[in-house]
Amino acid sequence: MAVRSASTGSDRLQADVLVIGGGPAGAWAAFSAAQAGAKVVLADKGYFGTSGATAPSNTGTWCVPPGEGRAHVVERRWQRTGGLAEPRWMTRCVDRAYESLLRLVEWGYPFPTDDTGQLYIANLRGPDYMRFMRRQVQKAGVVILDHHPVLELLSDGEAVTGAAGIVRATGADWTIDAGAVVLATGGVAFFERILGGTGLTGDGYLMAVEAGASLSGMEFTGKYSLAPMNSSLNKGLPFRWASFFGPDGRPLLDRDGHPLQNGIGAAEKDVARALIRGPVLARLDLADEALQDWLLKGQPNCFLPYQRAGIDPFRDLFEVTLKAEGTVRGSGGIRLATDDCGVGVPGLYAAGDAATRELMAGASSGGGAINASWAIASGWWSGHGAAQHARRRCAAAAFRHQSKPLGRAGLRPSAAARPVDQAAVVEAVRSEVIPLDRNYFRNGPHLDAALARLDGVWDEVSGHLVGEGRDRLRAREVAAVTASARWSVAAAAARGESRGMHRRTDRPETDPASARRLIVDGLDVVAVRPEAEAVIAGERAS
Amino acid sequence: MIEIVSEQRCIRCDICERVCPAFVFDRDDEGLPVIARQDDCQTCYLCEIYCPTDALFVAERADGPTGITLAEVEARGLFGTYARALGWSRGRAGGTEADPTHRLRVAQV
Ligand SMILES: Cc1cc2nc3c(=O)[nH]c(=O)nc-3n(C[C@H](O)[C@H](O)[C@H](O)COP(=O)(O)OP(=O)(O)OC[C@H]3O[C@@H](n4cnc5c(N)ncnc54)[C@H](O)[C@@H]3O)c2cc1C
Ligand code: SF4
Ligand code: SF4
Repeated sequence: MAVRSASTGSDRLQADVLVIGGGPAGAWAAFSAAQAGAKVVLADKGYFGTSGATAPSNTGTWCVPPGEGRAHVVERRWQRTGGLAEPRWMTRCVDRAYESLLRLVEWGYPFPTDDTGQLYIANLRGPDYMRFMRRQVQKAGVVILDHHPVLELLSDGEAVTGAAGIVRATGADWTIDAGAVVLATGGVAFFERILGGTGLTGDGYLMAVEAGASLSGMEFTGKYSLAPMNSSLNKGLPFRWASFFGPDGRPLLDRDGHPLQNGIGAAEKDVARALIRGPVLARLDLADEALQDWLLKGQPNCFLPYQRAGIDPFRDLFEVTLKAEGTVRGSGGIRLATDDCGVGVPGLYAAGDAATRELMAGASSGGGAINASWAIASGWWSGHGAAQHARRRCAAAAFRHQSKPLGRAGLRPSAAARPVDQAAVVEAVRSEVIPLDRNYFRNGPHLDAALARLDGVWDEVSGHLVGEGRDRLRAREVAAVTASARWSVAAAAARGESRGMHRRTDRPETDPASARRLIVDGLDVVAVRPEAEAVIAGERAS
Repeated sequence: MIEIVSEQRCIRCDICERVCPAFVFDRDDEGLPVIARQDDCQTCYLCEIYCPTDALFVAERADGPTGITLAEVEARGLFGTYARALGWSRGRAGGTEADPTHRLRVAQV
């Protein structure tokens, strides 16, 4: 298979570009940097090919062919973003993603054919796509380090100059001196047991903020997806053809007395309300035979929970839940300062779910199409940007002795290290950002109280938590999830209105004066400010 | 969660240990994978399809083991079902060229 580990021989490596994360964004970043002539290392917490949110899923892309229709498609999608997206970024994203999808065709990726005999390139089946990308990236000469989680960035005081991490099997340290670093670490799933969720703990957000970057759109973490109870299958698509029932088996009704159907449409809110009251059952009874066949063949993993539990979801009632998805299907992340996905800190770039998707999706979810194309496009740009930055800087070895590690919470506590009950921390954090009556439906007083509690949790974590050996990874993940939850709640408390997936029961209206992106900064003191209208990401491109 | 490793089917190739994104497996002295960190499992089912001999079984519960037995998995013919549904075989990818998901995306709107 692949290069297993370069670290067994030497624990200090060098690269022009280090890509952190091996989902689609990291894959495209690594490929693009290598193509631009850089020596590239890609390090993943898990295995590049199976880890991240895409690998276990089946992702639709936002695939808009060039031509006159494109501007119209972008305009229509922009209408759904709560006014927070940027048509210019949306357009350049579909443009770049389309080019890359054609590249996949050139490489021989086995796309299906539609009824007109054309290749259907607007869907990428996760396990196949990510395995294919691994091969392409390998062929491009990228060194792959699996099970090599990065714990922190290095800086020489001016620019980011590399990163340090551990070997998961042994807990041994390794370090890379790099001319530039791409954060492609995915989103934060707040330890929710969803597809791809384990590794998605917001590590990139924490590392970026420690390096001086800002976040944007962190209040948009109110996206949930339906799933069979206790399963990992947060895929809403089959529920397009679902009806919903109370625990007594009687149909749930909407306000007008109509039965609740189609869980990915307007009914979702009513299902959420019903779930706050008690158990909800569903049945995929709107799917006719042809649809059943396509569902079973096209979304086979969605049906594993039923198959294994002995349920016929088209005929039997089964219990469902709404799974929280943090920023994975939300839209927040690291704020971008330049067109090549630079984050405003020299040498540091962000792509995919690690970066904010607010420019693309605003207050709406990028799941279902936009995120996949964004991962491709932002990966491409960041890889190029990083390669160029690396070229501008001298050889990695020259600044290696000046590099200092930036990691704090979970690695270098600000006060005396002492045992911290990590399970209790996780429980405390999750109780603020997972329950439907806290995070799907929000309100001001709850958010303010949640923020105060999370400040307390953060003090405990940043002040005292430190891991040993291979447990350092978990300590760092707990720190990153705590920080991400706090940033999210701080931004939500500051947005005194409802907009898209940010639903405030105390402020149900959308306030036209609040059509601004919110920037979040800071570790010990968190600050939220509206983006100045004149400062639109991308217009300050270097 | 990952619950069953079939000692009989397993050929000790160590692929599952390498590809599991959550680093759930260790190996014993004979090279047999051991479920060492079950609670880290993200129930992604990917080890099942990468295994060349359909020796692994992931149960449907993501938040804890169901306690299903090897005998039940064999009796119900559950080994390798996900791989077959996708068109993967012996740990090799396949079948995405026949994925009808585009029909769902059209029907969905
Ligand atoms: C069930 C599901 C279905 C989806 N369906 C769609 C869809 O149909 N259309 C769509 O557009 N989007 C969809 N999405 C969203 C889409 O999958 C993500 O937007 C996409 O995977 C983002 O790519 P990424 O590379 O940024 O992150 P990911 O694919 O999540 O990869 C992040 C990678 O970073 C690694 N990593 C994290 N921390 C570290 C660290 N400290 N050190 C080293 N590596 C690290 C992880 O191991 C992982 O490999 C779906 C998501 C889910 C969960
Ligand atoms: S992948 Fe399958 S055959 Fe290989 S070691 Fe794991 S269980 Fe055994
Ligand atoms: S289901 Fe996924 S996370 Fe669990 S053991 Fe298999 S590959 Fe690992």
